[in-house]
Amino acid sequence: MNYKIRKLINKIMISICFFSFLVGAFFLFWILGDLFIKGLSSINLSLFIELPKPPGVPGGGVANAIVGSLILAIIAGIIGIPIGVLAGVYIVEYGNNKLAWWTRFISEVLSGIPTIIIGVFIYILIVVPMKRFSALAGGVALSIIMIPIITKATEESLKMVPNSVREAAYALGAPKWRTIIKVVIPSGSSGIITGIMAALARAMGETAPLLFTSLNNSFWSLRLDQPIASLTVTIYNYATSPYKEWKSIAWASSFVLAMIVLILNIFAKYYARRKTYS
Amino acid sequence: MRRKNIGEIIFKNLSLICSLLIIITVGAIFYELIIASIPSINKFGWKFLIETIWDPVAEHFGALPSIYGTLITSLIALILGFPISVGIAIFLAEICPYYLKRPLSFIIELLGAIPSIIYGMWGLFTLAPILQLKVGPFLNKYLGFTPLFQGYPMGVGFLTAGIVLAIMIIPTISSISREILLAVPREQREGALALGMTQWEMIWKIVLGNAKSGILAAGILGLGRALGETMAVTMVIGNSPQISLSLFSPGYTISSTIANEFTEAVGKLHLSTLIELALILFFITFFTIAFTRYFIIKRIERR
Repeated sequence: MNYKIRKLINKIMISICFFSFLVGAFFLFWILGDLFIKGLSSINLSLFIELPKPPGVPGGGVANAIVGSLILAIIAGIIGIPIGVLAGVYIVEYGNNKLAWWTRFISEVLSGIPTIIIGVFIYILIVVPMKRFSALAGGVALSIIMIPIITKATEESLKMVPNSVREAAYALGAPKWRTIIKVVIPSGSSGIITGIMAALARAMGETAPLLFTSLNNSFWSLRLDQPIASLTVTIYNYATSPYKEWKSIAWASSFVLAMIVLILNIFAKYYARRKTYS
Repeated sequence: MRRKNIGEIIFKNLSLICSLLIIITVGAIFYELIIASIPSINKFGWKFLIETIWDPVAEHFGALPSIYGTLITSLIALILGFPISVGIAIFLAEICPYYLKRPLSFIIELLGAIPSIIYGMWGLFTLAPILQLKVGPFLNKYLGFTPLFQGYPMGVGFLTAGIVLAIMIIPTISSISREILLAVPREQREGALALGMTQWEMIWKIVLGNAKSGILAAGILGLGRALGETMAVTMVIGNSPQISLSLFSPGYTISSTIANEFTEAVGKLHLSTLIELALILFFITFFTIAFTRYFIIKRIERR
């Protein structure tokens, strides 16, 4: 083929790849721009300090939903973080066997299972026996979503810890479990924290598994055995409602949610840069 | 010595239990879904999969409209999203200057961090009106002779859901593809360039030639994501259990049927059919992901 034509094809194809990137970036900025314009204009103080009001009544906020989302994330973290980290530890430190391979494989599959299925599962497992929707059920559902993310991050970062570090601890007479707790985990902590942050961000942004586990609540509730409001379910209900005021509250809440999730993600990125070993 | 051993036994077994918990959870999901679907399976049998009527009032249930909607929206997402994702991966791995790689990759990663409900808000209030008033009539005018673009665009429907899904799967496919492209050995590229290939010929023949099965796997994982996506789709699909060739018409997907009807299902049978839908979705996604992950993991471990 002629050299000129080959050069031309080269230019065209490289431009197409660059253009694909622009398309991706364009949609990100379009969505974020939309959120800023429509969300920021509807944000006011009452959003953060007031309870939801019926449509037509001015004011009204989502204070209970913001607190509810935090409570759900805390429950999910309390359950999910230790399980996720320890499973990751097992895979890397004790994992010269079939079980570790299966754990890793099943955990990757679990991270791809649609979250609404996890909602259905928790409904059958917890909501039906308890006979009511509850914050606890919502938190457990979110923890199942967090676990594979944390396990994966723990696995990746513990693998980066050089064996000489472990050997140094053994040489000083430390048993394996103390070596792992005192030396290996702290060495890999930046990666683990990154994973935890990313998992929390993911959990805070989930809606589907909460629809029939924690449901919703238009009042203050701090009880774990009662339905609880969450930002995401509130956004869903408000956005699909026919009322104009509710839709603008939905935009404002989406803005708040996006900020929380983005900040968590940026923090995660920041921690990932502070790698102890690379 | 003894106390140390006790610590070791406790810690090792604790981490073992946590490992087992993950496997047990997935097993339990499968088990619970099957047990709870039994009433529906007994009542409808295999016909559930091909029955086209979904009528909760008459307790007549068929899964085909939901399955059709799930497949068609995911297919649109893949057709639109896959080429763009591969282009992004090539750009980020091969073309983009070194100092821009991190920030530009982060932009695409952020696309994956945006919660699904926000995609739904954007799809419903921004994208749907544009499709209804501008893009839809345009497609109808010039491509209306095909059954795909017939009828009046309502804004919500298969096409809108497919487009939103396409954007949502871009970060998944492009980040996995990028990793796979980066794993292609440097020497092969240098050799190709030294032989006088242009940059694109090197990418096309050497890099993509090496990475094609991995990129295919990335596409299937993106498909898996699209098949199970719930909130964004529920908000823009129109929620109507029908099968229509026209991409403008509203539909239903498995996950949006469950999201919409689960808390309102009054009869035991209705609830059981919804759980059977969840079981079908579980099967579809489990095997797509398991197959692909197995495939990728095997390949990477061999390297």
